[in-house]
Amino acid sequence: MRSLRKTIAGGALTLLATVLLGGLLSATLVRMAPGFSADERELDPHLNAQSVQALREAKQRDHNIVRFYFSYMNRALHGDLGTSLALGQPVRTLLRDRAPLTLRLLSTGLALAWILSLTLALTSAWLRLSIFDALTTIVSGTFLCIPAAVLALLSVLWNVPGSLAIALIVFPRSYRYASNLLMKAYSRPHIVAARSRGLGEARILFWHVVPVVAPQLLAVAGVSVSVAVGAAIPVEALCGLPGIGQLAWQAALARDLPLLVNITILVTLVTLLANSGADAMGQVVRGEEA
Amino acid sequence: MRSESMNLGRKLACAVLVLVLAASAAANWLAPAGYARQYRDATGAPPSRAHWLGTDEIGRDRFARVLYGTRISLLLAPAAAFLSTLMAAFIGGLAGYLGGAWARIAMAVTDLFLSLPWLFLLITARALMPLNVSPLVSVLVTFLLLGLLGWTTAARVLCTTAASLRSSDFVRQARAVGLPGQRLFWIHVVPNLKPVLYAQFWISIPVFILSEANLGILGLGVAEPMPSWGSLLKELEGMVSVGEEPWKFVPLILLVVVVTSFQLLLSRQEEIAA
Amino acid sequence: MKQHDRGSKQLAYRCGSAIAVALICLGSLLGQLSAQSGELRFCLRAEPKTFNPLKVEEDSSGAIRYLTGGVLVRVNRQTQELEPGLAQSWKVSKDGRQISFRLRSGISFSDGTPFTAEDVAFTVQQLMDPALHSPTGDAFRSGTGNVETKVISPTQISIRFPSQVAGLDRLFDQVAILSQHSPKKEMAVLGPFMVADYKPGSEVLLKRNPNYWKIDEQGRKLPYLDSIRLDIQPNRDVEMLRFKRGELDLINSLDSEYFDKLAATSPQLAHDAGASLDSEQLWFNEVAKSPIPGYKKNWFRSANFRRAISEAINREDLSRVVFRGHAQPAMGPFSPANKFWFNPNLKPQTYSPDAAMKSLQSEGFRLENGTLKDKDGNTVVFSIITNAGNKSRERMAVLIQDDLQKIGIHVNVVTLDFPSLIERMTQSFDYEAIILGLTNVDLDPNGEMNVWLSSSDSHQWNPQQKTPETPWEAEIDRLMRAQASTSDLKKRKEAFDRVQEIVVEQQPFIFLVNKNALSAVSANVHGAAPVILSPQTFWNAERLSVPAK
Repeated sequence: MRSLRKTIAGGALTLLATVLLGGLLSATLVRMAPGFSADERELDPHLNAQSVQALREAKQRDHNIVRFYFSYMNRALHGDLGTSLALGQPVRTLLRDRAPLTLRLLSTGLALAWILSLTLALTSAWLRLSIFDALTTIVSGTFLCIPAAVLALLSVLWNVPGSLAIALIVFPRSYRYASNLLMKAYSRPHIVAARSRGLGEARILFWHVVPVVAPQLLAVAGVSVSVAVGAAIPVEALCGLPGIGQLAWQAALARDLPLLVNITILVTLVTLLANSGADAMGQVVRGEEA
Repeated sequence: MRSESMNLGRKLACAVLVLVLAASAAANWLAPAGYARQYRDATGAPPSRAHWLGTDEIGRDRFARVLYGTRISLLLAPAAAFLSTLMAAFIGGLAGYLGGAWARIAMAVTDLFLSLPWLFLLITARALMPLNVSPLVSVLVTFLLLGLLGWTTAARVLCTTAASLRSSDFVRQARAVGLPGQRLFWIHVVPNLKPVLYAQFWISIPVFILSEANLGILGLGVAEPMPSWGSLLKELEGMVSVGEEPWKFVPLILLVVVVTSFQLLLSRQEEIAA
Repeated sequence: MKQHDRGSKQLAYRCGSAIAVALICLGSLLGQLSAQSGELRFCLRAEPKTFNPLKVEEDSSGAIRYLTGGVLVRVNRQTQELEPGLAQSWKVSKDGRQISFRLRSGISFSDGTPFTAEDVAFTVQQLMDPALHSPTGDAFRSGTGNVETKVISPTQISIRFPSQVAGLDRLFDQVAILSQHSPKKEMAVLGPFMVADYKPGSEVLLKRNPNYWKIDEQGRKLPYLDSIRLDIQPNRDVEMLRFKRGELDLINSLDSEYFDKLAATSPQLAHDAGASLDSEQLWFNEVAKSPIPGYKKNWFRSANFRRAISEAINREDLSRVVFRGHAQPAMGPFSPANKFWFNPNLKPQTYSPDAAMKSLQSEGFRLENGTLKDKDGNTVVFSIITNAGNKSRERMAVLIQDDLQKIGIHVNVVTLDFPSLIERMTQSFDYEAIILGLTNVDLDPNGEMNVWLSSSDSHQWNPQQKTPETPWEAEIDRLMRAQASTSDLKKRKEAFDRVQEIVVEQQPFIFLVNKNALSAVSANVHGAAPVILSPQTFWNAERLSVPAK
């Protein structure tokens, strides 16, 4: 019991450290990239020298990245996540207003992608028909080759929900992993033997295949969350969905440091939770087998 | 029966890849004009006898651009995919195999890699290069960066796979027999990572081809007037209806065919491995 | 009911024509019912950053200001003439420092707060606050000192500036009047519409302002529309797609590619209003301290070199190929669309690679195996940067690359994200040549004062010069100041005509094309008359109508 508590505490500590490091690293990346101190508004010929100077000084404020980050963390501890430079609104409100949409989009998209991938991958493993393999490869390959922006555009064109676009972006990746892993599992000698003896498919699947591939499939599932988060950016931007992805893109273009740091921290948190959750579940499955 | 059809598929895949490569190598003879030649009186033209795939918005022959673009995309994307797969195998496989603190650190780093806004690193990379850089150097740097940043997904899965192998019966037995760690890793662990490695390699090729074009907005990637498949595929982004200019889909179809061929070759390999 | 009857009888008793008036009113009411009750939809291409009209600094907020803000005077976007707005009449003093307005009476803000001269004084004071740093305010700032506002009566006000402001009256077209007393602050407006709802990242809903003062020729209350729904959508492809599906009614500054596609299927929806004020230009980095090799600086600082490049660029092809004919080869800094200020003596720039080659040879340049070398043997190579994502600029760059190859110059085209580009252009000066556009909202050259003054930040080819580095820049400085310090239009025009000539001679900006003002208007919209001035399609929003769904 104590060791479990220790593991959890250790895990939480690693998580916190990684998240904070993620925030600092993203702040550094944004700060170092050219264009940080540039402001599009400077180009307005109506502005006089003082106003241009004022614009530049506003950007200079966050120049010392370490100081910025510490003061940010200090404020974050008190629940203040800062104010977006580009949109002039508190980051907390921005994230709170937009998170539900992105969450719905991602969960629906991921669920669809995985239902599709697992169905096709299992069918492929059961059938072992090269024609079927070739067919699924062509279909998944096609979706892999179409630029994400085009998929998003098509979803607008055909009036289908953005989550379907997310699903079709994630699907080819998750399908390839799932298919390869399942194919390998089903080609193990003892499973081939069991199938030829006429053992029930369900029994083989749950007793012999799942315990072997589940940890890896879970790992793929964990990573597919990151893929979906990346896909949310073009999909939200093109489908006019006011979610975090759209916000992230705006923030990147405007070099909106406070917003970017918060979004990175959020994304890091989601990634870590998804992946360590997948790891933990995988360990449980493996533990049961052992 | 099965292996015969597999063989056929493999032969077909080989033939396709050889054909595409040969066509791109022979672009100088096959193409009606150089990839940069602007037919300013025939812009955005539909396919004709002079321009088999029509011309782009500034009157460049699309067929020529597809051929020349193949050289870059079909050579560099697999190379970058190979690099990223290798890195994934090394980082993920080793971390999982060693386990313990190593695995935890490697995975934390991987998670960080998955979440950081790399866009800004790429913007910085562009700033570090001079503006007058040859298109070839620019595209080499781009694919190198893609290869160096693209290993994360596979590494995570590989780590899990390697970890479960570590605790599997046959590795334990091998250890008990006294097989040295290094040999154990190469003989028993790496082959079992193959399904994941193949998946990573296969997925990376089109993903890198498309990413290269997207990095054009940062001034990376293939510079004008050089063509690449990615930049040809980007033409699809401006379509308002699907049926309007179907010949613009040719680069997409070609890429799908090539990617499918790669998979057919790989799945054959997998068959042997199994 | 009874009271009403009695009331109308009394009216009829008093004045014989009252029935007729009542009938007209009824007619106009019915007319309103049929014409109104529609919703107009179009896209904003970015999130509006503010609803405070004084702080407007980008297009989206500008569009909302145009639709919701009440202004004292309005530049008619069709005739380019100044028309009365909240002010019935106005007068600029001889010295050009003072303007007095006579305001309409009986007008109130959208929330019912009455409008008086106090509000104008309040708005001007807010606007001229030096800490505000708004482009609108800066346009009025010609010298140091305070602005004095004097409220003479509720309908009379005079405003005195510390020094002369050229084209003073026209600048008030951008100043939307705020209420001093309304609890709703900047959300209380005097324009035809008011902001009713804002969903960040998604849409802004404008509703008709019930207190809007204007009536049409038939005595109907304006605006006809019930509401305007502005979708926030940065992607042009999606915008076009939704227009085709009938989900949007207007598209402003349409891309020429889409214009042609639309014109091919439904020509009545595509509008080409002719050359706009906007120009696209190429310029070389002439900054003395820039981190580029010295021999390249020598090329770029040579007027002969710049003229040769200009001559070697085929502008006809740029308009024909890149803009599909929906652009005019630029002649100089101002587009011929600027009816008053354009210098009619300017001729179209000739395209002649041979002449370009000759003038380069006179500077010691020579061709060696198809490559141009300067007199010291350096190969002539330079890069052109432009902002990524702007297809027409990218294509112009590729065409210019091809054109210059013909005189042996190798050009590298680099597209950069906008912030990186701006940093190179305004701070690090680490670039060689650049293609960008100037969107011109003002007709008056004073709006471009900071572009031409050598000391200014916006003097892009070589900004912030302590003293003018070349005689011709000194001359431009002198002429620009001279035209700004007189209100004699003829003298101003003479001075600015000369500026245009110098710019064409020296080519600090190599003007490429003036884009046409392209727009799309759905068949649903009645009363649309797209113009070249911004906002092209909805400049007469108060008179537009769409049938109710």
